[in-house]
Amino acid sequence: MMLYAYIFVMAAVSYAIRALPMTLIRKPIRSRFIRSFLYYVPYVTLAVMTFPAIVDATQSPVAGALALVVGLLAAWFGAGLMPVAVLCCVTVFLAESILR
Amino acid sequence: MDDKTRRKAALVQGMRNGIPIGLGYFAVSFALGIAARNAGLSPFQSFLSSLLCNASAGEYAGFRGIAAQSGLLTMAVMTFVANARYLLMSTAMSQRMDPKGHPIHRFLMSFFITDEFFAITIVRPGYLEPFYHYGAVLVASPCWALGTALGCVAGELMPARAVSALSVALFGMFLAVIVPPARKNKIIAGLIPVCFVASFALSRLPLVSRLSEGTRTILLTAIIASAAAALFPHEKETDEGKEGAEP
Repeated sequence: MMLYAYIFVMAAVSYAIRALPMTLIRKPIRSRFIRSFLYYVPYVTLAVMTFPAIVDATQSPVAGALALVVGLLAAWFGAGLMPVAVLCCVTVFLAESILR
Repeated sequence: MDDKTRRKAALVQGMRNGIPIGLGYFAVSFALGIAARNAGLSPFQSFLSSLLCNASAGEYAGFRGIAAQSGLLTMAVMTFVANARYLLMSTAMSQRMDPKGHPIHRFLMSFFITDEFFAITIVRPGYLEPFYHYGAVLVASPCWALGTALGCVAGELMPARAVSALSVALFGMFLAVIVPPARKNKIIAGLIPVCFVASFALSRLPLVSRLSEGTRTILLTAIIASAAAALFPHEKETDEGKEGAEP
C-alpha cells in the first residue's frame, strides 16, 4: 500500500511541475537568478546522479568506470541517447566478461 | 472541415516521428524497470509509475527513494529536483500556445512534456500543434510504460552479468543529455567534473555519506546550481530549445 502512496506522490509532483507553468505563466520569468538556476539544475542533477552511482551499479567498479569513460566520449563525439546507452551496456558486459 | 484535415495530418506526422522516440524509450525504460524491481515494485506498479510519471531521471530518483524507504516529503522533493527541467520546458511551451486554442490542451500536453516530446514539438514553427504532440505520444508513450514493466519482469530472469550491463543504460542516457550542451557551453562543461567530484566526496566522506542518496542529490543540486547561477548568470531566454530560435 505504501508503494502506491509513493507512486501517487511521484505522479502528482511530476504532473504539477509540467502543468503549473503551462497553465499559469503567461509571461517570461523576470528574475535572472531563478532563470539561471533553473537552467543549470538539470545538468547538475544528472551529473550528480551519474557519478559515483554508475561505478556502484555494476558488479565490478572498474567496469562501471570504463562505461563512464566510454559514455562521456561517445556523447562528446555526438552519439545520441540510444547509442550512448547501448555502448555503456556493451562496455560493462565485455569488461566483466574479461575481468573474471 | 479544413481544420479537421490539418489536425489529422499533424496527428499522423506526430505518430511517424514518435516511432524512433518509442524505440529509444523501450530500451531505456527496460533498464528503468530493473531499477524498479530492485526497489521492490511489481511489474504492474512499475508499469503504473511509468504511465503516470513519464520521466526517466524523475522515476529513477523515485525508485531509489522507494528502495531507501524515504519519507513521502523527501520523495516529493526528490521528484521535484529530478524533474525541475520540465519547469523550464513547460514555461517555454506556455509562450507558444495558440491563445485561441482550447485550454484543455494546456493540461493534456503538460502530462507528456518529456525531453524528446518537447524537442520535436518546440522546433516546429508557429503556435504549437497539440495534435502533432498527441500523435508522437500515442506511439511512444506506451513503449515507455511497457518497456518498464518488461524490464521489471525479465530482469528477474536475467543472469546477474546482463543485469549489471543493462543497469548502466540510464547513466549512459544521462551522459547523452548533459554532454552535448557541455560542448557548446563552457560553464556546463566545467560544472560536470565539479558535480562528479562533489558527489563522490559526499558519498564517501564520514557523516555526510550517511545521508540518503536523494538528500545528497538535493543538497548538491541546490548548492552547485545556485553558485553557478550567482557566478555565471545565464542570459538566453530559451535555454532548452537547443534546436530553437537562433542557430
